[in-house]
Amino acid sequence: MPQKTKTTNIFVAGVGGQGILKFSNLLCEVAMNAGLDVKKSEIHGMAQRGGSVTTHVRFGERVYSPLIPQGSADYMVSMEHLESLRHIAFLDKKKGKLIYDPYEIAPPEVYTAQREYPGDIEERLAKFAPNRIKVPAFEKALEIKNPRAQNVIMLGALSTLLDFDDALFEEVIKQGFKEKFVASNIKAFKLGKELAKG
Amino acid sequence: MNKNNKKFLSGDEAVAQGAWEAGCHVAAAYPGTPSTEILEAVVTYPDIYCEWSTNEKVAYEVALGASMGGARALYASKHVGLNVAADPFFSSAYIGSRGGLVIVTADDPSMHSSQNEQDNRYYGIAAKVPVLSPSDSQECKDFTKLAFEISEKFNVPVIVRLTTRTSHANGVVVCEDRKPVPVKGYEKNIQKNLILPMFARKLHASLEERMLALKDYSDSAEINRIEKGTESTGIIADGVAYTYAKDAYPDAWFLKLGMMHPLPEKKVRELASKVKKIFIVEENDPVIETAVKALGISCIGKERVPRVLELNPDRLRAAFFDEEPEALDLGDMPGRPPALCPGCSHRPVFEILGRLRPIITGDIGCYTLGALPPFNAMDTCVDMGASITVAHGIRKALDQVKDENEKTKKIVAVIGDSTFYHSGMTGLANAVYNNAAITVVIMDNRITAMTGHQQHPGSGKTLMGKEAYEIDPQDVAKAFGVKHVWVVDPYDYAKTKEVLKQAIALEEPSVVITKRACPLYDRSIWKKPYWVNEDECIGCKTCIRLGCPAISFKAGEKKSYITPVLCTGCSVCAQVCPKGAIHAAEDKDN
Repeated sequence: MPQKTKTTNIFVAGVGGQGILKFSNLLCEVAMNAGLDVKKSEIHGMAQRGGSVTTHVRFGERVYSPLIPQGSADYMVSMEHLESLRHIAFLDKKKGKLIYDPYEIAPPEVYTAQREYPGDIEERLAKFAPNRIKVPAFEKALEIKNPRAQNVIMLGALSTLLDFDDALFEEVIKQGFKEKFVASNIKAFKLGKELAKG
Repeated sequence: MNKNNKKFLSGDEAVAQGAWEAGCHVAAAYPGTPSTEILEAVVTYPDIYCEWSTNEKVAYEVALGASMGGARALYASKHVGLNVAADPFFSSAYIGSRGGLVIVTADDPSMHSSQNEQDNRYYGIAAKVPVLSPSDSQECKDFTKLAFEISEKFNVPVIVRLTTRTSHANGVVVCEDRKPVPVKGYEKNIQKNLILPMFARKLHASLEERMLALKDYSDSAEINRIEKGTESTGIIADGVAYTYAKDAYPDAWFLKLGMMHPLPEKKVRELASKVKKIFIVEENDPVIETAVKALGISCIGKERVPRVLELNPDRLRAAFFDEEPEALDLGDMPGRPPALCPGCSHRPVFEILGRLRPIITGDIGCYTLGALPPFNAMDTCVDMGASITVAHGIRKALDQVKDENEKTKKIVAVIGDSTFYHSGMTGLANAVYNNAAITVVIMDNRITAMTGHQQHPGSGKTLMGKEAYEIDPQDVAKAFGVKHVWVVDPYDYAKTKEVLKQAIALEEPSVVITKRACPLYDRSIWKKPYWVNEDECIGCKTCIRLGCPAISFKAGEKKSYITPVLCTGCSVCAQVCPKGAIHAAEDKDN
């Protein structure tokens, strides 16, 4: 398994309010409980106000830098279409995989009618991320009437690519949410796994 | 090792854990990114009294007083916060500590959420205070504990210098139990605690001696360590930059500096004897580099390692090996800068001020975003509290110009509630005392919003959750002698506009308090989402110019649209719509 010998790099992107930080925390807890060294770096503050949010997650035997070098993310998880493209330089183009939600959130220039949301993101992504899995997590989250579960659906999708037991994920979900939300998030996690398998 | 002793903590949280384990008794801070979470974590531990102080100077003096009272005390702020506290900080180096006194400064290379990237390691040099520089969460915890010990052993305050990538990076931390330390109590000692010149002269000499002892300590300390490499290159690094260098050049020799000031001279010389070339890897300024060069040791520093913006493994590979990551041409795309939230009570005020077009001096908070489109309603932003004082200064300058148009220009200072208590009050007292015809708009959203909703003297609760007297800014303004004071709900657009016009027209100091809670803080003010009747909408974009993320413009149909899940029902768009095309949810039901 790669993460036992080399550091696994996972870059996470999205927009403030999408649960990017929660997603990253759950993922890191899984890696820590599996006995690995883990580092995570994120930016908050001003960026909370509807800005881009990114986190770097790294785990392995011994991790130094909390930041992922460009072109070396094994996985990139993005919860918003445009944000997938904005940060794509972090993905290892040859061996890395993009797991992304095509959900679109208008940035200020778009909602103030100064320009349109780019219509060619898929074509551009094809160039920089030949290996990618589209996961319509937000759409599915609305279907199960739990719009806040987008991040946990994405976590389920990512879990299919990592060598951690489902039990580890389910344990951190149990610890990470209030009791009344645990069942719905376990359900969302399983849904994400199904979506990734296609 | 027991798994349960491991926690996945941010550097800020690890500082709190370290303070708790060290037996810290008192912690004081004013919120500021990236340091805010330190006190937010401290409050979750028992046994530590903690508070949001009104500003950093106050927090520092509270911590210093606690140290004089024999308690172990922690001060925390962002880098620029220590500027506010610089006066007591410098004096405290002379005074030293009774209970351990630890100063945590969280610097912000790259200015992710700050106005500058000043390097606070210089404060240690300037004030003659040791500086510990942790590289990850485990060290944030360990060094905080160690800092209390050093502080008491050497009778000095100790700086623990974090940066955004240690404060807001998480790592696995092995946690231990608290070691209770008794509070020593107060002991009168004016030669130490009262810095009259006659005492201070002796204290300065004693401080120089304390620094000499600390220099020896630095050379013997385990946190300054040489790591063997397999190549003839050596790297001297501190803080998170060490971890980037480890990734970028794993085969090099390292001198890892846990205490970067005073510099461990013997260890620097030892490294120099082992390698042919030395890189100094440090973020921002050449602080270590200057000290190493002063020893007569040649090294490569800022000519290769960038000084501006934070470092990362990519920038270091470029510095070491000229390796640049591949530049990708992603094509043009819209940016995603931060914006005022839907329902933000600042929005209508900026929309109105943008129309009235006075000179607008700004301050530090979410509302600094009023400077950006679509409002463009801010001319200056300097530091906490400067809106009022800079307005005052501009007024005194314009009073002396000959041109009548210039002379009669109106000046409005905008300041948030927390910033007003922080350092706006003294400026307002000054404006009244020295009679400056300015209007001060206190944007009172009931909480310190930008840093994530911390309590302050006007919000009725303390950090520890106790009820507190709510200071009313209206009472403050009146007590200071401001004759014209209004309180208005900014959700009432017409009234707010009328009041602002009246206030700005005056030739005397005036205060307008726009009072409405931050909708992210107080969800009880949310109403059902508003909606646009497309038959009535004429596509004039007046509502779009509010810059509300909940309102978008459908280019094809030329109609505005409100995204229901984002709308908080503040009604401001409905009030500015010239056709009355925007309606409350209730109108739809009928």
